[in-house]
Amino acid sequence: MNTTVGSVALLVGLGASLAWTMLWVSVALWDKMIPMARRATYAALTAAVVACGTIEWALITHDFSVSYVAENGGRHVPLYFTVTSLWGALDGSILLWLLILTAAAALLVHAGGRQPGPEHRWAVAIVGGVAAFFFALAYFAANPFESSGAVPADGPGPNPLLREHPAMGIHPPLLYAGYVGLVVPFGFALAALVTGGAERDWLPAARRWALGSWILLTAGIVLGAWWSYAVLGWGGYWAWDPVENASLLPWLTATAALHVTLVRNRKSGFTGWAVALFGTTFLLVLLGTFLTRSGAVASVHSFTQSPLGPMFLGFVVLCTGVSVGLLLWRGDRLSPASTSGRWLSPQSAFLGNAVLLVAVAAVVLTGTLYPLISELLSGQRSGVGADYFDRTAVPLLLAVLALMGVAQLMPSDTRDGTRGLGSRLLVAVCGGLAVIALVGFAGRPTVLALLAFGVSAFVLTGVATVWFSAAHRRSRPGLLAHTGIAVVAIGITASSCYATVVTQDLAVGQSLHAGGVTAELVGIDRRAEADRMTATAHLELRRGGQQFGSLAPQLHYFSARDMTTAVPAIRSGPAGDVYVTVTSVDENGQRAALRLAVNPFVDLIWFGGAVVVLAGLLALLAGRDARAARGAEPSPAPVELAGKAG
Amino acid sequence: MKVPRPRKPRPVFVLAAILAIGIGLLVMAALRDTVVYYRTPTEVVQASSERTVRLGGQVMPGTVLRDGGVTQFRLTDGHTSLLVLARGALPDTFREGQGAVVEGALAPDGTFLAHQVAVKHSNEYRPPVAGTASEPGG
Repeated sequence: MNTTVGSVALLVGLGASLAWTMLWVSVALWDKMIPMARRATYAALTAAVVACGTIEWALITHDFSVSYVAENGGRHVPLYFTVTSLWGALDGSILLWLLILTAAAALLVHAGGRQPGPEHRWAVAIVGGVAAFFFALAYFAANPFESSGAVPADGPGPNPLLREHPAMGIHPPLLYAGYVGLVVPFGFALAALVTGGAERDWLPAARRWALGSWILLTAGIVLGAWWSYAVLGWGGYWAWDPVENASLLPWLTATAALHVTLVRNRKSGFTGWAVALFGTTFLLVLLGTFLTRSGAVASVHSFTQSPLGPMFLGFVVLCTGVSVGLLLWRGDRLSPASTSGRWLSPQSAFLGNAVLLVAVAAVVLTGTLYPLISELLSGQRSGVGADYFDRTAVPLLLAVLALMGVAQLMPSDTRDGTRGLGSRLLVAVCGGLAVIALVGFAGRPTVLALLAFGVSAFVLTGVATVWFSAAHRRSRPGLLAHTGIAVVAIGITASSCYATVVTQDLAVGQSLHAGGVTAELVGIDRRAEADRMTATAHLELRRGGQQFGSLAPQLHYFSARDMTTAVPAIRSGPAGDVYVTVTSVDENGQRAALRLAVNPFVDLIWFGGAVVVLAGLLALLAGRDARAARGAEPSPAPVELAGKAG
Repeated sequence: MKVPRPRKPRPVFVLAAILAIGIGLLVMAALRDTVVYYRTPTEVVQASSERTVRLGGQVMPGTVLRDGGVTQFRLTDGHTSLLVLARGALPDTFREGQGAVVEGALAPDGTFLAHQVAVKHSNEYRPPVAGTASEPGG
């Protein structure tokens, strides 16, 4: 029953989204059938809702005749994690992707009003094409509604790592929403190439969608790093894994796009850059999804292959071809870049930063794709380690940070942004140098770390110097975002410089020491729970002979999947996190292998990330206010209507 | 005959070219030092280089010996097996007869010194099938 309803919903969705694409093209070309076109989009949304509803219903009612439920459901799994298993595996995650995509499209259509502008019409049509592809993918290559043959009595449940923490309910949907929302600026960018229309008709709406998606993406990445640290228990928060890189790549180019499209910058003729960056961003989203969802990147993490690969790769190539083709064919219609001709101007600083961000993205992409390319060319399977990224992306990111610190000192509102720049720069540089001297004096960090501290301090001092100046009043959301980024940079640098780690095999009664903290193993207990075996190591913490707390890291063994997860125990304090994981416990429960780490300043990363997200929200709100203030003036209707999308 | 050109954007192009070349060199130098290749025991024995590689295979049953902080076991691809010495704690799911990927290098005496051990599970691990190994995404 569920298999039929779900498959039919996917087919209906495919049909509706094909109709949606063609109807909106006809709307764009001949101004006909607008109500019909709108209905087709809403129909696709309905189909996606039904498909997701069906799979959720099947998961909750344990209908193991549905293949996805047989592979990812389980009677022993708590309701919450049963619901979240919709996005716990490949096939279901594509349904979630579809739901968000069609919801975004419906919002876009709704915001367009009765008479949307020409770029808006093309954008909806392009989003429709993407939706049609994903419906086809879900139906033909990753159909979760296939019947499972012999119906099993119970399923293995979702991957154990995905049922350790409630954040599973927020992190993937956030990341997906950020990913998928970027399809709208992509649609607008291609639409602008098709129509050759003036940027004021589409750029504000595209930018608001990009900003909204960027906020979600930022939140998703920070939450992912936190999850990696607090739940996965390997001790770090970022491993330059292909999955992580896939989320970072569009973030980098989206950040660059947001900077070249700053409202105040619009007269500077960066439209070509905006189009290229919006296009690249969504192509990176697609490429990242392809890399991480098809098992194309050979790594220790996934050896499984999926039939979705070739179809997805074909779509990535098609989208890239269409974008590049349109850009080459119609790119000259966009207003040409007319730089002021001066090297030091707010515009050139924005452009320079965009170039550097794209360079970082290129370097990260190279490292991520290298195993794939080398395997294609030489047939050798290989992996690129975190060292590569530390040596290439990190210095470039420091350059981005430094240029960001300079750019923010120039108010882009005024005609001459460089006036008084010298003195502001001097103050900020002094701030940076002071911190370098202080940190260098206190300890002996590496040159790169010293540089990172200095540049971060340079950025923060710069923010402090210009925050109260009238010319920078409207830049405050940006300045706040820069503050958050600098705080994150300090957190990353400090936590990697000053962390101490010890791994040791201990018997009950023995203790291990790291970073001034002594952890004594006082006992090990084992328990059988509904879906897992749990081994808990009980530790007492002392600093300088003074007991200050206890921690109980656990090892969970899931027999249904023959898989063990290590759940870390973390105690946060002013001197940093005390972070303990247990990596193995011997059979008679008398010995355990433990990893004790003292990680100072990790909290700064989460705090800084939250500040960046907050700054994004403020920018979104500030944009609304500015539009409301402008509302009195006559302005082209499409822009205002599209404006409601944000 | 010379075509008159606008001279202004020239320095920008020069700068962009310098940036691109610089980054290209950085990337190539970093790749040369950090790329790790996946090898089977047969390949490692034949090449016998001392580069860091990721060695994948099955843990031979009956060969696992734990001695203090060091674990030794044999990893096989069906033809050749290699003695692996791994320091530190192994993953809890490390089992005889199951797949494992170890990262390290071949020592002059023919043992493989691993500094990292990862485990692949029987229900997830698909040994690369001859002929399809060079077809990613397929």
